[in-house]
Amino acid sequence: MEQANRNERDLLLDIRDLTIQYRTDNGVVHAVGGLNLQLGRGESLGLVGETGAGKTTTALGIMGLIPSPPGVVTSGQIFFEGEDLLTKSETEMRDVRGGKIAMIFQDPMTSLNPVMTVDRQIAEMIRLHRNVSDAESLTLAGDMLELVGIRRERMHDYPHQFSGGMKQRVVIAIALACDPGLLIADEPTTALDVTIQAQVLELMKRLKIQFNASMILITHDLGIVADICDKVAIMYAGRVVEYADKRALYTHPLHPYTIGLFNSVPDLDEDREELAVIPGLMPDPMDLPTGCTFHPRCEMAVEDCAKLRPEMAELEPGHFVACPVRARMLGAAQGR
Amino acid sequence: MTNVNMEMIPETTGRKRRGPLAEVLFRLRKSPLAMFGLVVILLLAFLAIFADVLAPYPYQKQHLQHMFEGPSAEFWLGTDEFGRDILSRLIYGARVSLQVGFIAVGIALFVGGMLGAVAGYYGGRIDNVIMRVMDVLLSIPQTLLAIAIAAALGPGLFNMMIAVGISAVPNYARIVRGSVLSIRGMEFIEAARSVGSSDMRIILKHIIPNSMAPIIVQSTLGVASAILNAAGLSFIGLGIQPPFPEWGAMLSGGRQYIRDFPHLTLYPGLAIMVTILALNFLGDGLRDALDPKLKR
Repeated sequence: MEQANRNERDLLLDIRDLTIQYRTDNGVVHAVGGLNLQLGRGESLGLVGETGAGKTTTALGIMGLIPSPPGVVTSGQIFFEGEDLLTKSETEMRDVRGGKIAMIFQDPMTSLNPVMTVDRQIAEMIRLHRNVSDAESLTLAGDMLELVGIRRERMHDYPHQFSGGMKQRVVIAIALACDPGLLIADEPTTALDVTIQAQVLELMKRLKIQFNASMILITHDLGIVADICDKVAIMYAGRVVEYADKRALYTHPLHPYTIGLFNSVPDLDEDREELAVIPGLMPDPMDLPTGCTFHPRCEMAVEDCAKLRPEMAELEPGHFVACPVRARMLGAAQGR
Repeated sequence: MTNVNMEMIPETTGRKRRGPLAEVLFRLRKSPLAMFGLVVILLLAFLAIFADVLAPYPYQKQHLQHMFEGPSAEFWLGTDEFGRDILSRLIYGARVSLQVGFIAVGIALFVGGMLGAVAGYYGGRIDNVIMRVMDVLLSIPQTLLAIAIAAALGPGLFNMMIAVGISAVPNYARIVRGSVLSIRGMEFIEAARSVGSSDMRIILKHIIPNSMAPIIVQSTLGVASAILNAAGLSFIGLGIQPPFPEWGAMLSGGRQYIRDFPHLTLYPGLAIMVTILALNFLGDGLRDALDPKLKR
């Protein structure tokens, strides 16, 4: 109910029916197909899915950075602060990028320019979006570095003089330098080792609150999501299959795919020879199954699953699932 | 006020803080041949700049009672067919040669670099059109192209620079395009786009600085070939006009007397050779110094 009553103005980001394809010589890759996603102000959303589920493409779509050719946004709207980003011109998008929506990339080793000192790279962001002098932007860059826990005297160093975790801190400093309303973090800790991961996540959590930003965290690590996010969206083959409050999703996942995902997470206390897996492979994005894209791998699949494309339905307050079979099961249980 | 803040920060102690340029110079010092090249080029530049003071005689001054003289205390490298001091003429000639070398490469680098960067960054049809035009230019031998352009523009120092420069444009376009292509796909370019940088800014601030290494090497070697090309043009009379001394023109002038008075051609020839050799040594040394894989 809370979801349905939510005022339109509370929504920072509202993606409707977004479809993105990559048109290659070998065929059309359906990277994102009819994706719907909402994000409120100050919320953090975990976007979880396997490699190739379309998580990064969705993020690039929001930024207007789909490599084109071959990428094409074929339909949909992306409302950000009430304005459709897809209708904006390239010049207008340049103000949005960095200024209103900032992105943290996966690999800090390669997402910094190797021949520019880090203060210059942070200052570049500031200079592009704020009306400040060169010297002021450098001072602000130093402030940002201190904010992410890097000593100010290192501001004139080159990226290769930093460790991986520190580079990711610099990347975070760049992303937050212009106080963006939305932060998209694309697997920000995948390239880091586990102890550094924890530090970087802690930092992101703290700064997100301090800057009062919303965040989309793209990951395939359910543990990270549990740590930082309020809401979780599970993606499969270019669509959101389940969207819910973190607590609801972790305590009783409803979609068969989500259940499969949780079952695949190895348990420390359990002694097993083999890991539990979901049978089958991710479908070929050039040749998606008809109906529900998950039905060939689904244990609960019925005949209709191959024919009808499931719509998202609110099975519990705030808990949306794209699976009619589960909906019926739950309805039967409630009607009893 | 911000500067004050910066100055108050104590320099980190002990750690080596070298910019990229200092780093390259440091590594260049380890190669004796490259240092030799650098010293020769700097020496030539010094001679060229202070030619008015350093040359014993004005370059056009004719000593008609000293024609075809060999080296002596008065004329260190002898005199030519008009009794002009060869050493003085070589020193003034260095001016032309270095100017032509560097400015022609500058023209080629600017034009070729821009074309190559645009072609590499945008790709697709723009890339195809630019690079096919470059291919057409490349199919004409460089010297022939320079001769054609020089003939069309007429003789003279400035026209020679343009001729030599334009004929070298395709080389630079290709090199710049190649390195832009390899850097364009890197994640930090995407990151730069995600902070709202424009295409021009990305090319100028992110791509070009990262593709400098091969460009610097090629330019150094290119100065050598530009000097050689310019000497060739002057040799056939399309370059600098007499009486101004150009090494190629001096070779050309002394050619008729080569059997009886070889020193007329020997010294300009040597000057060209040493300069080219020095530039090549420097270019090779720079290539090693700029190659991060050879870091020791």
